[in-house]
Amino acid sequence: MKRMKSSNLPSSLNPIDMEQILNLITEHFDFIFLLILMIILGFEVISRVPAVLHTPLMSGANAIHGVVIIGAIIVMGQAESDNYLALILGFLAVILGTLNVVGGFVVTDRMLEMFKKRKKN
Amino acid sequence: MNSGLLSLSYLIGSVSFIIGLKMLSHPETARKGNLYAAIGMTLAIFATIFLYTKDGVGLGNHLWIFGGLIIGSVVGTMAAKKVQMTAMPQMVSLFNGMGGACAAIISIVEFKHMIHMGTDITSNPVMTTTILLGLVIGTVSFTGSMIAFGKLNGNINDKTLPLQQVVNIGLLVLIVVVWIGMVSGFIAADPMVMMYVLLIISALYGILFVMPIGGADMPVVISLLNSFTGVAAAFGGFLYDNSVMLTGGILVGSAGTVLTVLMCKAMNRSLTNVIVGSFGGNKTSGAGSTDSGGVYKEISITDTAVLLMYSKKVIIVPGYGLAVAQAQHTCHELEKVLEKNGVDIKYAIHPVAGRMPGHMNVLLAEADVSYDKLLDMEEINPEFSNTDVVLVLGANDVVNPSAKTDPSSPIYGMPILDVENAAHVIVNKRSMKPGYAGIENPLFFDPKTKMLFGDAKDSLNKLVQEIKNLD
Repeated sequence: MKRMKSSNLPSSLNPIDMEQILNLITEHFDFIFLLILMIILGFEVISRVPAVLHTPLMSGANAIHGVVIIGAIIVMGQAESDNYLALILGFLAVILGTLNVVGGFVVTDRMLEMFKKRKKN
Repeated sequence: MNSGLLSLSYLIGSVSFIIGLKMLSHPETARKGNLYAAIGMTLAIFATIFLYTKDGVGLGNHLWIFGGLIIGSVVGTMAAKKVQMTAMPQMVSLFNGMGGACAAIISIVEFKHMIHMGTDITSNPVMTTTILLGLVIGTVSFTGSMIAFGKLNGNINDKTLPLQQVVNIGLLVLIVVVWIGMVSGFIAADPMVMMYVLLIISALYGILFVMPIGGADMPVVISLLNSFTGVAAAFGGFLYDNSVMLTGGILVGSAGTVLTVLMCKAMNRSLTNVIVGSFGGNKTSGAGSTDSGGVYKEISITDTAVLLMYSKKVIIVPGYGLAVAQAQHTCHELEKVLEKNGVDIKYAIHPVAGRMPGHMNVLLAEADVSYDKLLDMEEINPEFSNTDVVLVLGANDVVNPSAKTDPSSPIYGMPILDVENAAHVIVNKRSMKPGYAGIENPLFFDPKTKMLFGDAKDSLNKLVQEIKNLD
């Protein structure tokens, strides 16, 4: 890669800064890649959804973001036995996360069960 | 071995989310998609409990964890199963709020831990930002979702403060200022205190963000808050470098945003319009745009029965009133008894009829109404002109011609069902009170229209009896 003379560039584009940016990208490459991929996937997956499915889809997505419960489990699992605040808060977080996941999937299933039964007829 | 198995489990979980979400967007595969995502989630959860290690140490406190899982599962399942179909939208909001609160608590504990370890937040800007933004977004999502729940449940009314939008933007600016201030060291106060300050401002913002928005717009707001919670989960995933949290979180953040925009398009309104304008909250709208001194005609059950019996083609327009009266089964009864008499019955489903897209479909499905009788707006609108009778059951704004004719109306521009093209229009309502948008409906005063007053279930029951008598 041809190195640009610093005198040819505006001062804000000093080659050292460019290198820092590129290093940053390389360092966090996995995350950046995943981020961009998931954003694009999110768009793709929702294309051409019939209006009738908007609500069950929203409910399903709601359940999926309940994956945050894994963070609560980690918090809970790493709390020392004398750290009562972490234990109680962690416990609460696990309950809340579970409500999101279980409640979310069950509600979605209820909404869809009605559809399935009818379609068979 | 363990970390390999854990990674594999996370991979399966992530893929199940992607495929599950994809399958949820098609009617035939929707139910399976939900199941696959649930299975992937379960795998990821249990794999974490037993296989997760940090610095060589696994997770402890299994009793606490399983205790929490059991309590959450039992309460969640019971709540989800017992609640009425009409309350489904509120439940989505409620569970969304739970997820947001979970993300917020995780941030609180991790922030405390970070300070306790003596970490200097200004030299760890990325980690601090991740934790703080997770806190802010999770909290906003929590309080916002609780308000949305209250609104849909009927407990909370629309309230607009003077200079509402200025206040809201001000709070947002304050959040950014505190966050940047803490991370840059500009704000030298005790970080724990500042974190709680951020928490309180975020909670307030969530409340004030949703408060002024009209109940009719709640589905859009819930979808937006849904994607917020996804982003909060993604921040948690970034903090723990957890691939399944990142996948689930970003996917929902992205998909949720697209879904929100799609819902807005179905109402023919922009997202900014929904957030800033108050659809159902502004009751001083379009004053003088309709002749509220107009005369309406009433019709009796007997006459309605006769009219329906001797029609060739009838279209039913269901609305929220039908849901409130829980009259969907009686409606199906009417459909059956009319069809026996050779009447062709179809249902016209407006995209925002009821309280959520698909609300009417779910309601009628519960009553075993056949899927192919439910037609959406584009399909059914051309058919009104050769329909004998349109029976409007508890629907109001979706058949309000002001949307087409009156530029000062708050619903102007929203595509509606062209029921006034039919030969006869019968509107069943409990009274002449305005619908959710709080505006007059000139359809009621149209010469072709007749009002059939009464509770939907009661009226439909009487109609079915009357028709059977005439048989």
